[in-house]
Formats: sequence, C-alpha cells, structure tokens
Amino acid sequence: MTGSLSPKWTGTAFLAALVLFPLFATPFWIVQIGAQTMILGIIALSLVWLAGYGGMVSMAQLVTAGLASYVVAYFGVQSDPALGLRLPWGLNIVLAIAAGTAFGIAVGMIAVRCFGIYMIMITLAIAVAFFYLARQNMGFFNAYNGFHGIRAPALFGLNLRDPIAFYYLCLLCGVTLFGFVVAAARTPFGLALQGIRDNPRRMQSLGYNVAVHRVLAFGIAGFIAAIGGVLRVWYAGSVSPGSVGVGSSISILMIAILGGMTHPIGAFVGALLFNLIQNFAIDFIDRERFNTMIGIILLAIILFMPSGLVGIADRLRQDDKRGDRPPRQTAPNAGKKSPNIREGNHP
Amino acid sequence: MEADIRFFLTVTLNGLTLAALYFLVASGFTLVFGLMRVLNLAHGVVYLFGAYVGFNVMEATENWALAIIVGGIAGAVFGLLVHLAILSWMPGQELRQTLATIAVSVIAADLMIAKWGGLSYQIEIPDILFGSQTLPFVGRYPIFRLALLGFAVGVGFLLWLMLNRTRLGMMIRAGVDDRDMLAAMGTNVPAVFVAVAALGAFLAGVAGVIGGSALAISPGEDTRVLLSSLVVVIVGGLGSVGGAAVGAILVGLAEQFGLAYTPTYGVVYTFAIMVAVLAMRPQGLFGAGA
Repeated sequence: MTGSLSPKWTGTAFLAALVLFPLFATPFWIVQIGAQTMILGIIALSLVWLAGYGGMVSMAQLVTAGLASYVVAYFGVQSDPALGLRLPWGLNIVLAIAAGTAFGIAVGMIAVRCFGIYMIMITLAIAVAFFYLARQNMGFFNAYNGFHGIRAPALFGLNLRDPIAFYYLCLLCGVTLFGFVVAAARTPFGLALQGIRDNPRRMQSLGYNVAVHRVLAFGIAGFIAAIGGVLRVWYAGSVSPGSVGVGSSISILMIAILGGMTHPIGAFVGALLFNLIQNFAIDFIDRERFNTMIGIILLAIILFMPSGLVGIADRLRQDDKRGDRPPRQTAPNAGKKSPNIREGNHP
Repeated sequence: MEADIRFFLTVTLNGLTLAALYFLVASGFTLVFGLMRVLNLAHGVVYLFGAYVGFNVMEATENWALAIIVGGIAGAVFGLLVHLAILSWMPGQELRQTLATIAVSVIAADLMIAKWGGLSYQIEIPDILFGSQTLPFVGRYPIFRLALLGFAVGVGFLLWLMLNRTRLGMMIRAGVDDRDMLAAMGTNVPAVFVAVAALGAFLAGVAGVIGGSALAISPGEDTRVLLSSLVVVIVGGLGSVGGAAVGAILVGLAEQFGLAYTPTYGVVYTFAIMVAVLAMRPQGLFGAGA
C-alpha cells in the first residue's frame, strides 16, 4: 500500500514545492536555477525518453533544440535588421517545434539501423556537423554572430519576460512534458518501443515494424527537445554556434547520466544538480576549471555509481550483439530482467 | 581553362594531403575499435596532447623528428593511462566505456587549456621540408604537404606490414574476428589490448605533431579531429585500416572540394557522404558484414 502511495505523495509535495518556490525565492534562484533547470531538464528529458525507453543514446538532442532556437530567432523578432523574417507572433514557435520534430525524425532515419555505441557515434557526428554548419552558414544561421535580442513575447497582459511568469511557463512545459513521457511510455506504442529496446529481433518477428517505432521515438524526442529549444532561446536572448557546440551536447548527456536514465525524473534531477554545480562551483574552484570538476564528477559516477546507467548499458550491450554473432561473453547480470522502468522510485 | 584545371588539381592535392592527416588519426581510432570494441572518444584529446607536447619539444630542441617521436610517446602514455586506469576495469561494457572516454576528454581538454592557454600555436616546419616544389600541371606546391602524403602512405604501409606479417598483427586480426577463441588458444588477450591501446594512441600523438605543423594547435582542434575520425571510420567501416584509408580520401576530397567550390557548405558534403554510405551499407564500406 505504501509502495504505491508514497511516490505519489512525494510527487505531489515536490510539485507543490516547485509551484510555491517563487514566492520566497530571489530572482536569481527563480530564473538562473529554477527556469534554467527546467529548460535543461526538458532537453535532457528528450534524451532520457530515447535512452530509457528506446535504448537509443542520442547525442543530437541539444542540436535539435538548437535548431528550434534558430528557427525562433530567424522567423521572429531579433536585433539584426538585415536578417530573418518577422512573422506574426506565434507562427515562429509553431515552425520551431515543427522543425525540431522533423529534424528528430530525420536524425532517426539516419541512425535507425544503428544500435548501441554506433548510435552514439552517428548522432555525435550529426551534432558536430550541425555546429560547423551553423558556424559557416550565413543565410540562415548568421554564421559566427548568430542572433541576439530575442525576447519572450508578452501575451494576454502577461509579460513572459518577467522572471516569475517565465519560471511558471518553464515549469508548466516541464511538468506537462514529464507527464507526457510517462503517459507515452504506457501507450501501446511506448510498450512496443520498450519491447524493441529489450529485444528488437523478437519484436520484429512478432510483426512490429522496428524501424518505424524507432524513428517515431526520435520524432517525439525532437518535439520535446524543440520545446526546450524555444524556452532556451527566450532564456538566453540569443543563439549562436557557441550554444550548439559539442560541449553543450555533452552537457546534456552528463545531465542524463547524473540523474540516471531509468526514469524521466532523472532528467530534471540531473539538470538541477548540474545547474547547482555550474552556479556554485566558483565558490570552490576557479570558474575556468568548471569542466575539469564536472568531468571528474561524471567520471566518478560512471565508475562508482553506474546503477542508473548499468541497466541501460547492459541492455545496449545486448543490442550491440544483436544478430551479428552469438553472444560471446555474458556478464552475470546481463541476462537479468531489467528493472521495471515505469515503477521506478521517485528520489 | 588551364587555370581551371590547375585549380582543380591543386584542390585535389589539398584534399589528398588532408586525407593523409585524417588517415593518421583515424587509423589508430579504428584499430582500437576493431579489436576492443571501445569507441574511444578521447582520441581527439590524445591528438591534441601529442601536438602540444610536440610543440614544446620543438621549441626546446628545434628537432622535428624528435618532436614527432616524443609527441607520439606522450600520446601513447596518455592512451595507456586511460586504458589501464579506466577502460580495463569495465571490459565488455561498451556504452560505459564510451561515456567514460567522454568524461576523460572533457577533463583533459580543460586541463590542456589550463596548461597551454587558449592561444593558437603552430609547430615549426624543418627547413628541409620548407618551401615549395614545382609540379607538372599544378605549379608550385608546398613540399611539406607532399611529405605529409608520403608519410601517411608510409605509415599505412607499416601498419599493413605489422597487421599482415608479424605475430602481433596476427593476434590482432584473430582478436578482431573472435576474441574468445584467441584467448582459448593461449594468447594473453589483455596484453594485446594494452599493446593496441598504446599503438592507437601513439598514432594519434604522431598525427597531432604533424597536424600541428600542417595546420595549427588550439583548443577545439580535438573536437574537429574527433569528428573527422568518426566520419572517416563510419564511412570506411569500423575496425578496418583499409577502410580508414578509403574513408579518409573520400572525406578529405569532399571537404576540400566543398571548401573550394561552395565555401559555406564544406561540412555538408562530408555529412552527405556519411548519410549515403549509412543508407546503403550501415557497417561502412569495408566493415565486417552485419
């Protein structure tokens, strides 16, 4: 009884805390920590969805969000008068989310036949190529400069640039998408996706179209990441090649690893931890050496606390071996049934 | 018209010399992957580390050959450390190993910025390779780039010799095909792993010094090199040294032609090749059949 109730109560209390948080927090905490955690969490959520339920670790989630940011900038109001189209309000957001979804599907179609680390490699190549394209292309990406002066709109008398309003917007998106992922995992599609994660061949022989499921999962991830990208460009006010660099792509992976990829909540937990480290590390070490510290933390988690990771690592390992040769060496726990993701505990 | 042909040939040569550099980097990457199934994403920082060490050696001794050797050894030591301290503790866990190499490259790239700063360096080219040579049709072309081409061919030949004519090469080839059987035959497979990890990192370090002479050394080069290695081995087929050579030539030529004829879309061609190959042969041109 308590087993089924306690996560629910924890969740409710957690949500209440998130809603009430701006009442007693400073603007720094509301925006820098609160809103940014939600934004990073949403982008990481798209990775956790792919990796946790689909067994596909994609390094291209941040650039998917980045593309959405660029679309918001290009088709909306920004400071460079020579560039972009100033479409009526709202249209650029629709376009951005559509572009992110389409990009996600495209990445999925490129990577669909790859499993495990091959998937990482190809999506990483896509992410790096996107960065170089953004840096070189003048027509759409405005090369080195990128776009500046992008601001969240004011609508229905509510100014979304206001810290508290913006925080609630991010919170609303984050909670909705979290619920969306949890619900999507329970649909027939989500269950089939998890089946494909665990044993693509068996699902294939049961009549499921493995490729279509995987590509659609990428499309959904693209949709989630695109929303994160829209919020991110409003938060930052600008988008440039620096915001879609490899370092940022790796940050998203770090967030997912920090939080664990076995449950969608991991994305937000990881984002909060990452964000706190990023903001308060300067109190302990030289700001310039932030990457060293976060890298060491990441390495330590990979080495000593792989619990969140091992389930997926094992699963992906089985995927790697899929088909091409009989399993060679099986770790003692590799054949073990994976923990039921949908009943994972809230922290 | 003649100018067009000359331009075309110069671009082709540029592409081939770039391919030479890519081959040097990617050969180690693909060798390590082929045997150990480890996607070593720290390969780029090994390259950069080799380049920085080579630069310091060159500054101190003015001896380019020594810089290459020391740069290579520095790379090998780095690669060995990563292998022994981290990767060998999680054998067979490919995803975890890959993530660990990402963490290593984040740390190493940051520490190298701390040590060498954000400046861009270039390793001095020795006098003997300085200047240019008149070639038929092409006109004057830098000697260093021609030497780079020759060097890559030489390294490729040595690798081929090592893989096909030595005992270690035999063990590596056997390990690529079936690790367990190789171990059952009495070979110390972990020792072969150590040797290959060192060899792959040595090649990356050497490539760093050469790349640092031909181009420049600066933070961020590690990512660029990693991208080209990734694309080269994806195109050529993971684990195949011959595939790395073909992949490097394709990518090098595509990049230079893209740069020369449609300057803003250089990367797109590289990427288009990768997508085309993946669509037709997901295992790469020379990869083992799936």
